[in-house]
Amino acid sequence: MSGAEFVPLSLTPLLIGVFAAIACALPGNFLLLRRQALIGDAISHVVLPGIVVAFLLTGAVSAWPMMLGAAGASLIAVGMIEAIRRLGKIEPGAAMGVTFTAMFAAGVLLLEQTDTSSVHLDVEHALYGNLESLIWLDAIGWESLTDPVALAGLPEELPRIFLTLLGVAAFIWLFWRPLKISTFDPSFAQAVGVSTGVIGLALVVVAAVAAVAAFDAVGSIIVIAMFICPPAAARLMTNRLEVQIAWSVVFAALSAVLGYVLAGYGPIWVGSNHAVSAAGMIATISGLILAVAAMFAPCRTRSGAPVG
Amino acid sequence: MSIALATDHGSPTELGLDQSPLAVRGMTVSYGQKPAVFSVDMTVAEGAMTAIIGPNGAGKSTLLKAALGVISPLAGRATVYGKALKGQRHRIAYVPQRASVDWDFPTRVIDVVQMGLYRELGLLKRVRAKHVAKAMACLDRVGMTDFADRQIGQLSGGQQQRVFLARALAQGADLYLLDEPFAGVDAATEKAIISVLKSLKDEGKTVVAVHHDLATVAEYFDRVFLINTRKVAEGPVATTFTAEHLNAAYGGRLAMAQIDQLDLAAG
Repeated sequence: MSGAEFVPLSLTPLLIGVFAAIACALPGNFLLLRRQALIGDAISHVVLPGIVVAFLLTGAVSAWPMMLGAAGASLIAVGMIEAIRRLGKIEPGAAMGVTFTAMFAAGVLLLEQTDTSSVHLDVEHALYGNLESLIWLDAIGWESLTDPVALAGLPEELPRIFLTLLGVAAFIWLFWRPLKISTFDPSFAQAVGVSTGVIGLALVVVAAVAAVAAFDAVGSIIVIAMFICPPAAARLMTNRLEVQIAWSVVFAALSAVLGYVLAGYGPIWVGSNHAVSAAGMIATISGLILAVAAMFAPCRTRSGAPVG
Repeated sequence: MSIALATDHGSPTELGLDQSPLAVRGMTVSYGQKPAVFSVDMTVAEGAMTAIIGPNGAGKSTLLKAALGVISPLAGRATVYGKALKGQRHRIAYVPQRASVDWDFPTRVIDVVQMGLYRELGLLKRVRAKHVAKAMACLDRVGMTDFADRQIGQLSGGQQQRVFLARALAQGADLYLLDEPFAGVDAATEKAIISVLKSLKDEGKTVVAVHHDLATVAEYFDRVFLINTRKVAEGPVATTFTAEHLNAAYGGRLAMAQIDQLDLAAG
């Protein structure tokens, strides 16, 4: 494929897909080890009512109010989950289940009750995003990467998800030790002066920010898959957290690239002339990677089990 | 003996709050309707080894956690060497119950020991050769240097407990608080742990351990603290570890035959 075709049509969706996948997979590693992986699922569902409310208030499909609405909704959801868990004295999974199904349902209801026929705001969009449409029409080839005029026409999702990824990576780099210690041994962490409650909340907020930014560009299917599949597959590859993080980044990027390419060209290779959803294919690939890891990866046995 | 100094003249509350490595006053903790620990005072004697004993669910671990600020109490306060806990955390090493963590966590033995250096390393300070050497020296003290690169899940229960003790040693503290350090460990590990704890005491450190094996109290410890939600008694083993206090702490759960076998102080 020539640069003249690749750069305008495929480069930006590919980059956005890769950045979104990594931004979700990074905090996913810690959520997985904290048995909170479901929170990615919860966040990606609860942002729907936030987005709809933001749309109703502003009357326009514009990115920033919607991201604020989504962020607000995810914070409310985190608060509700904590409140239900503490007041009801039930396990966190159940509290999440109650919260996100209720809020997602409220979001769908709000959507149905409002006139959204004129705008591109519907449940399909929320689920699958519109990765394929994030093209860079101002580009004419690789040389556009150094052309300021063409660069100004980049889809705005690209810098946004890139900045989000930088923020997520910076958070994990900066708070690596307290994150690791409080994930492994919360009592000890508290005893040495780590504010485990603040760290835990910060992790969830960072995950929510990543989810909302990714959701805007690529839809909730990818968000849900990327919080869980790459970290889970990575855990099966190694017994060291540092290495696990690296593997999860590799798997997330691999899912995004392979999924995007297969969605565009796979059906043609098998004789169909309809491309399939890139978001759906990316999520599917991440699941396949996890399945392969579960069958062949080196650290599959629970090492906690007695040896021989 | 250092403990005699502290308790020569009767009740341990005579120990000044300003001296005690850990002084707890009016500590009350509740997990639900029923308090787990109710209005407990405790004054740990410096340079001594103290066992916290009591039946299951008596609030032994809860008392330790509340004193450390790991859980927040309904009421009560703890001072460490006479000052508020906040500025004194560097003087405390804590060994939680082994079963309280997920040993499948992807990390190596040496990494766990280095967690004990957190206060020294902070957020971003680079781990240098001297830090690794320090962690290895702590592993050596518990006889685990050969396991430094092992994933922690590959260890036996006793080895895991030794790693936890090595992490506490890396903290370089003055006060060591251990939650059931002998639970589910093999005899060799129990020996290794008690020898490390005694060497800490010889260095003038203070050791407090939640303990469940009444048969070894007199052999291992200088002092006992008996609790059953409320404090029952505290003092030197020689005068406080009595059938009367054990009956008060354990109620009818301890048969007289069991008590008869213990090496008890004449009460």
